[in-house]
Amino acid sequence: MKRSQTISGDIMIGVQMDLISEDKLSRMTAMEKIRLILDGVKEGKILVLERGLTPSEEAKLIEMTMTEITPDDFAGIEIESYPSKQNQKLLDKLFKKPLIRTRLTVIGPANQLKTLKKDRDLISALVSSQY
Amino acid sequence: MGLIKKVKKNFSSLWKGIFKKKVARIGIYGPPNAGKTTLANRIIRDWTGDAMGAVSEIPHETRRARRREGVTIESNGSKVTLDIVDTPGLATKIDFHDFMAHGMEEEEAKRRAKEATEGIIEAVKWLEDLDGVILVMDATEDPFTQVNVTVIGNMEARNLPLLIAANKIDLPESSPARIRSAFPQHPLVPISALDGQNIDTLYEEIADHFG
Repeated sequence: MKRSQTISGDIMIGVQMDLISEDKLSRMTAMEKIRLILDGVKEGKILVLERGLTPSEEAKLIEMTMTEITPDDFAGIEIESYPSKQNQKLLDKLFKKPLIRTRLTVIGPANQLKTLKKDRDLISALVSSQY
Repeated sequence: MGLIKKVKKNFSSLWKGIFKKKVARIGIYGPPNAGKTTLANRIIRDWTGDAMGAVSEIPHETRRARRREGVTIESNGSKVTLDIVDTPGLATKIDFHDFMAHGMEEEEAKRRAKEATEGIIEAVKWLEDLDGVILVMDATEDPFTQVNVTVIGNMEARNLPLLIAANKIDLPESSPARIRSAFPQHPLVPISALDGQNIDTLYEEIADHFG
């Protein structure tokens, strides 16, 4: 739970949610994105990435998360993204690196964000304010 | 990468795809408790007479990747020699309290949690050194887990072959069809690694797919 001042000046208590645009993400390196995510999640934020991470960035994020897990402090992350889409044209498959289209991704602390249901086009999650 | 180098690399992949190579390093991946080591044990036992590692109902029993070299599988006239890597279960969170729920003391649970995080790092690093993956999914569970999405995405991004083993079909609540509809772009074999159901079909697919 976090006590924050809104842009209208109200003081509210709740879970902070940051929605990060595709433009901002496209200007960042893989490590910058991973650092942004882990720092945010460790502060108890829920992050929504307009365009998610590439598969190799996701693997790197899992790896980095594991290095930061500590008993009684940080148990890891809950991350949910739709399956990425791949370029299906035959000629592109033969002569180009596959073009992976990443999709919206939600990330939060493992003890606060729980996935209720997920399929190809729907992510349903429960956000808890309890640590 | 230069254009010539890129074309050369892609032609090399194409060449290998057409004139199948006979040794491939294959990783067995999946979430904890999907049955990876049970499957690895069955494959190794069926084709070499040995075993790979211990299995347990407690998650993260496998906390170090184990490699078995030169496992030759013959099926339907095809023959393939594999280096098989049984990897620790992938996860995005490790909470030592989960191990305590299985009856472990706090100290032991914390130690297991620490080893589990190291195992996951090892499993992620192995992804870069493989020629293909057998992704073991628990057919009684929701297939759209982040682990499955990440492993499949990494294989697709690198144009490497992937075979899905929809495990635990011995359980009445299993639904391989749910996995097939979730990831229709990849071959899938419903199996029970525990009792060997449909395992010969898996060997046919392995010989065909990774040869």
